[in-house]
This record gives sequence, C-alpha cells and structure tokens, in this order.
Amino acid sequence: MPFVYGTLVTSALALLIAVPTGVGAAIFLSELAPPRISNAMTFVIELLAAVPSVIYGLLGIFIMVPFLRQYGEPFLKRTLGFLPLFQGPAYGVGMLAGGLVLAVMVVPFIISVSRDVLMAVPVEQREAALALGATKWESTWQVVVPYARIGIMASIFLSLARALGETMAVTMVVGGTPAISASLFAPGYSIAAVIADQFAEATGDLYIQTLIELGLVLFALTIVINGLARVFIISTTKKGSGH
Amino acid sequence: MRWRNIWRKLVNYVMFSLTGVCALITVGVLFFILGYLIWHGGSSLSWTFLTHLPTPVGETGGGMANAIVGSAKLLLLASVFGIPIGFLGGVYLAEFGGQAFSSVVRYTADLLNGVPSIVMGIFAFTIVVLPMKHFSTLAGSLALGVMMIPIAVRSTEEALRTVPMMLREGALALGASKWKTIATVAVPAARKGIITGIVLDIARVAGETAPLLFTAFSNRFWSPGWNQPTASLPVMVYTYAISPYDDWHRQAWAAGLVLLTLVLVANVIARVTISGRTAHL
Repeated sequence: MPFVYGTLVTSALALLIAVPTGVGAAIFLSELAPPRISNAMTFVIELLAAVPSVIYGLLGIFIMVPFLRQYGEPFLKRTLGFLPLFQGPAYGVGMLAGGLVLAVMVVPFIISVSRDVLMAVPVEQREAALALGATKWESTWQVVVPYARIGIMASIFLSLARALGETMAVTMVVGGTPAISASLFAPGYSIAAVIADQFAEATGDLYIQTLIELGLVLFALTIVINGLARVFIISTTKKGSGH
Repeated sequence: MRWRNIWRKLVNYVMFSLTGVCALITVGVLFFILGYLIWHGGSSLSWTFLTHLPTPVGETGGGMANAIVGSAKLLLLASVFGIPIGFLGGVYLAEFGGQAFSSVVRYTADLLNGVPSIVMGIFAFTIVVLPMKHFSTLAGSLALGVMMIPIAVRSTEEALRTVPMMLREGALALGASKWKTIATVAVPAARKGIITGIVLDIARVAGETAPLLFTAFSNRFWSPGWNQPTASLPVMVYTYAISPYDDWHRQAWAAGLVLLTLVLVANVIARVTISGRTAHL
C-alpha cells in the first residue's frame, strides 16, 4: 500500500504543477507566437522530451534536493505550515522532490500533444468568435480550448501514465521509505521505484514474485490510462481538420 | 461599458503573458540542464575518462570505457531484435493491412509504447534471466529491443504513407509485382524518413536505465561476449549518482554529459533532416 500511495501522490503533485504550465505553454505556442518562434520552441521542447530520465534524476538529486532542503521546504513551512501537507522535518528527498521532478519531465508531453490538438481546431471557430467582438483571449479560452478539450484531457492522461511508470528520476529523489505520511516532505516510495531499488538484490521466490506482481499492477494501471487517452486522441483528431 | 472593455483587454494581455512565461520556463529548462551538465561534467571529462576502466572504490581517476562499449553492444543487439520486426510491421501496416486489423495493430503499438520501461525490464528478467540464472547483455538487449518495436512500426508506416500513390502505380503498371514495388520503389522513396525514425528510436532507448538494472545489471570490468553482465552508461550514471563518494559524483556528471550529448546530437540531426514533420510521441 505505501507504494501505491507514493505513486499516486507523486503523480498527482506532478500533474498539479505540470498541467497549468503545459496547457499555458501550448496555448502560447498555438495561438499567440509567430510560426517561426513557435516552431523553434516546439523543437526545443521535443528535445526536452528526449532527455533520458536518469539525467533528470541526476539534476534532481544534486540540485533540486539541496535547494529544497535549504530554501524550498523551510519557506513552504513558514508560509503554509498550518497545513498537514507542509509539516515535518525538511529532508530534501521525499514526495515533494519526486513530484517536482516528474512535473518537469511530463510538461513536454502535455505541450506537444495539446499544441497539436489546439492547432487542429478549425480557424473558422476563432474567426467567428473574434467577429462577435470577443478579445483574443476570450476566443481562445471560451471557444478554442473547449473545442480541443478532449484532446487536452488525452494529453493529461498520457502524461499521467508516464508519471506513474517513471522509474529512475523518482527512485533517485523520493527517499525510499515505505511509509504513508500526510506530509509532502516525508520520504516515500513509488511502485516503480521499489522495483528498481530492490529487484536486483531480491532473494527468494516470494520476494521476486511480490515485486513482479507490483509490476503487473503498474502495467495494468498504465495500460488502462493509455488506452483511454488513445481513444480520446482518435476521436478528436477525426473531428478536427488536422492530421 | 468602457471600464468593462478595458478590463477585458487587461485580462487578454495578462493571460497571454502568463502563457508566454509558461513556454519560456519550459524551454529554459533544457538550456539549464545542458548548461549545468557542461559546467559540472565538462571538468571531469577527459581522455582517461573515455578510455579507462573504473578504478576501485577510494582511488580517484579512472573512467568508464567499459560502460561506453557496453552501451554500444546493448544498442547493437537491441537493434537486431527490434528494428527488423518494427520495420516489417510498419511496411505491412502501410502497404498491406486491411482497415480493421491495421487500426488494432496501431492501437496496440501505441499501448506498447506507453508501457513503463521498468515493466519491460521485468519481462526480460522473467524470460531470459530466470531460466539462465544470471544477468546478461542478451537480457538487457531484449528489453531494449522490445521497447524499440512500437516506434519503429509507427515511424516506418508514417514515412511510407508520405510516398505518393502514383509512384507505386507507375511501378505496378510496368509489370512489377507488389513485392518488387515495395522493395525497389516505395521503401527507397521513404528511405530518409525511415532512417530518421530508427535513429530517434535508438536515441530513445539509449537513455533507458530502468530496464537494464536487473537485466544487463552492471560490471566493473570488460564484459566478454553476450552472455555476461555488462555496464552501460545510464546505469553508471545512476549507481554513481546515488553513491556516497565525491569522485563518483563527478564521474556521474561526466557520464551524464556524454549520454546527453549523444542523445541530443542524434535527435537534432534526425529532426533537422525531417524538419517540417514532427515525430512526437
């Protein structure tokens, strides 16, 4: 159970940070930025998606964790310390660090899928809204985004599946303690992290079988989420004019 | 009414600036990663690092030549497993497959692509490591090879679909069989796209760590043949980064820099050659 809890908390935290950032950036790239800048930025974002996860873990463990321990967590404790989420000693490693690394990792996926579905919204939709006197933002927020809603949902699902299954970066910063704790500062574990950590040294059939079963849980979870996301994507791209 | 319009304009500017900030932050992350790795890893990167074996714990110096060669061997064997299946599968989807069956294959390939890499590791562990009773290059390559299949299928299919129907019809009209048409006309015409897809595919699995942890495992020495545990760059970065030694941390940065450079260079070259076509997911 602590593993499932850890997986869910880190992924939820990651989405909480990554979704607004990712969708915001996708809106900027598809609606506002001139094509040349938009393409250049998309190129960089796709490179970002190609960075191996162990590199994110490396930066996480040597830059983010010390930063959180020294500044981030004490600051959160001072300002929001009345919430149970932000109490307890600041180790640096923990659920918060895991969630943050995941957020950085999934943002490129949200951006690249959301941008594609936003681009697939027919221009007439925007023109109609603008012709009715809407400002550019109103047309984007009230017409274009709702039109692309399902595709954006799909991008969120895809990145959720990635976040759940992401192993290395989380293993390196999450702390490795099988405990359920209300505080985000507390070290935890995720399903993928426990497998990575303990599989190679697991001895005895029962131990190995347990870890393999955890893998099965993870597998089933991501298959279901991915399956839904793909169905969403297929239905939007058929509706839109793109692709 | 006037105030309301000013308010609406204000919201317009503020919200769009916010989206711009989001985009800038995301793009900034890449340059931050790159800059930091060069700054930290560049100083430990040397000729010795690339050509020597790791030294015993406590001694400074040494390198990870065995990890570099190990990674290359893993990728080579993984390509032997993954690329032919993926390539031929893609040819089938683009040239032969019927509507219903193709969409099932496509959907399954996408699902396979979304399977967490650690699960692939478990898969290879159960079918190779357990029966053989030891870790090996072979097991690691199998895990990576399976991961390569879905991308190879999709990129080959996409590349073949961009070849105009008229080229195929021309060949068929000259009396070529369907197989001849595909092998001598369609595939060569789509060559660039197919190769690019495969390069991106290799670059992606090159950075995978999780499936190697308990298939290829690690090794502090050269790994002869295909049947021994082997070191690889991503696993070295991982084990060195979580170790308690300062010198190992420095080497982790350097190895990370080598890995990131290889992956990014492959990506940039591949993406520039297909500029205009985005190969995401």
